[in-house]
Amino acid sequence: MANPSTSSAVPAKGLKAWLYDRLPIASFMESQLYGYYAPKNFNFWYYFGVLSLVALVVQLFTGIFLTMFYKVGEETAFDSVEFIMREVEYGWLIRYLHSTGASFFFIVVYLHMFRALLYGSYKKPRELLWLFGMAVYLALMAEAFMGYVLPWGNMSFWGAQVIVNLFSTIPVIGPGLVEWIRGDYGIADATLNRFFSLHVVAIPLALLLLVVLHLVALRHKGSNNPDGIEIKEKLGPNGKPLDGIPFHPYYTVKDLVGVGVFFILMAIVVFFVPTLGGLFLEAPNFEPANPLSTPEHIAPVWYFTPYYAILRAVPDQQLGALLMFLSVALWIFLPWLDRSPVRSMRYRGWMSRTALTVFVISFIALGYLGLLPAEGIYVLFARIFTILYFAYFILMPFYTKIEQTKPLPERLTYHAHA
Amino acid sequence: MAENGVITTDDDVDSSRRKFLTTATVATGAVGAAFALVPFVASWKPSERARALGAPTELDLTKLAPGQMATIVWRKQQIYVVKRTPEMLESLQGHDAELKDPNSESSEQPEYAKNAVRAARPDVLVLVGICTHLGCLPKQRFQPNQAELGPNWPGGFFCPCHGSRFDLAGRVFEGSPASENLRIPPYNINGELLTVGVDPETGAA
Repeated sequence: MANPSTSSAVPAKGLKAWLYDRLPIASFMESQLYGYYAPKNFNFWYYFGVLSLVALVVQLFTGIFLTMFYKVGEETAFDSVEFIMREVEYGWLIRYLHSTGASFFFIVVYLHMFRALLYGSYKKPRELLWLFGMAVYLALMAEAFMGYVLPWGNMSFWGAQVIVNLFSTIPVIGPGLVEWIRGDYGIADATLNRFFSLHVVAIPLALLLLVVLHLVALRHKGSNNPDGIEIKEKLGPNGKPLDGIPFHPYYTVKDLVGVGVFFILMAIVVFFVPTLGGLFLEAPNFEPANPLSTPEHIAPVWYFTPYYAILRAVPDQQLGALLMFLSVALWIFLPWLDRSPVRSMRYRGWMSRTALTVFVISFIALGYLGLLPAEGIYVLFARIFTILYFAYFILMPFYTKIEQTKPLPERLTYHAHA
Repeated sequence: MAENGVITTDDDVDSSRRKFLTTATVATGAVGAAFALVPFVASWKPSERARALGAPTELDLTKLAPGQMATIVWRKQQIYVVKRTPEMLESLQGHDAELKDPNSESSEQPEYAKNAVRAARPDVLVLVGICTHLGCLPKQRFQPNQAELGPNWPGGFFCPCHGSRFDLAGRVFEGSPASENLRIPPYNINGELLTVGVDPETGAA
């Protein structure tokens, strides 16, 4: 790789030269910023990767400050959150940034995942990239769940009760496992303390490592693009892809605009509707945890409700829990379920397009149904959408194989601005 | 590798010996690491204090009127104690066909409560008030014939979280997400003193 600072004829002087000599800054910038060529046809959907990273930084930063005021423990947790909200200078803002940030994190991650489905980004040779992404998603779910327990409101308590009890459905080891997770005969101080440790230390560390692996795998194979063809196959005289442009400054600057919009939308929620009508923060969580009173209606926060709806749609406890775990796990196998010769939806047939449309509708519908009580007609709808949800994955090897695809273009389809 | 003029070629290396030693070292290390995990894994078990606080709990049954329910706490679990009236006991009959486990074959209860009324003494029902589905608190719905709970509701418990229904012996109805009857803790009735957490005669559970 060319290394501008060391290969230049005149040796650079001063602090910069001293630093560059001791750290591989120049080669990093060359390989990852100026010299990394990304496909030039990235569209709207390509904002959500960088926005996920921004959301992670927001959560880490606000989380560090919340940890300075939060007091873990069943006697102190709820009061310390109220203390943050009422008495810490700007504590309300820091907390609402963290709670809103959690929901925005999931919004951008779900849109990022949708992008992968739309353009077949998980397909060979990016399977491992997809797997690291899924690991990030699973870690994020654990992080969000444990974070929701920390304020020790009544929904924290009962949400923890319901989710931890899911493990009791595992044959033989289930009940012992649940007792081990809780560290007591019920959700208790011991549970809260370990969730705090995991939420603040263990999972964030794991998340950071997984995000780094995700990015390294991305840069190693290069980004996919809306056409789903490899830009590395058509190189220009400089050895760079003809259909690529340097990541910096072109995409860094473009992404900054997206980041600005992201922060504007987040600010609207933080300042005007921080609970978003119970979607981002549920009303029962403004009461202290009470082991003697179940909230009238237990629903997780919106980002878990599609899976929760699947759990409740099944009239058998073990099968329900199994299908719920499976509905999350099936994502992992997408690279091997998809047999299509093309990646992007642009060149696929009507079957893939219909399947993706039905899947997105099912996911959103299940998300909505998961917020509602499991009664009457809602259960029936949840069952129908559960079947459609699974059909997307299970039928994928068939419809992607038999459908007629369109011919792929030689080069990216891209229209330059006049 | 060439150092100090000594050249080591692959010919000088007993590679099978090296491979064996490497594998043996890694395997030994892995076993050691696995054992080193034991204290960390074990630290998550209920502490001595939590176990001590899980001691038996008592209730004076004379304070309960017939048809009334009391809730006591044992090991962080709500224990429902119902003094069943003769009518309530009668309500247990006639709906076996609608139950998932009418004879409590696959449910959790002590031997002395594994009978038609799921109790050591028919008029005293002792249940763990935790839905066997996902752990919510089932609510009292003792009045029979409540339309929203289905036709011919005999009276029992209803879980507001996911809609599981149980009769007045804690037996789960078909169509509920819960698969097992409400659990029954070990308990002993001595005269009118109920002790939850111990079996009769045998002592501590």
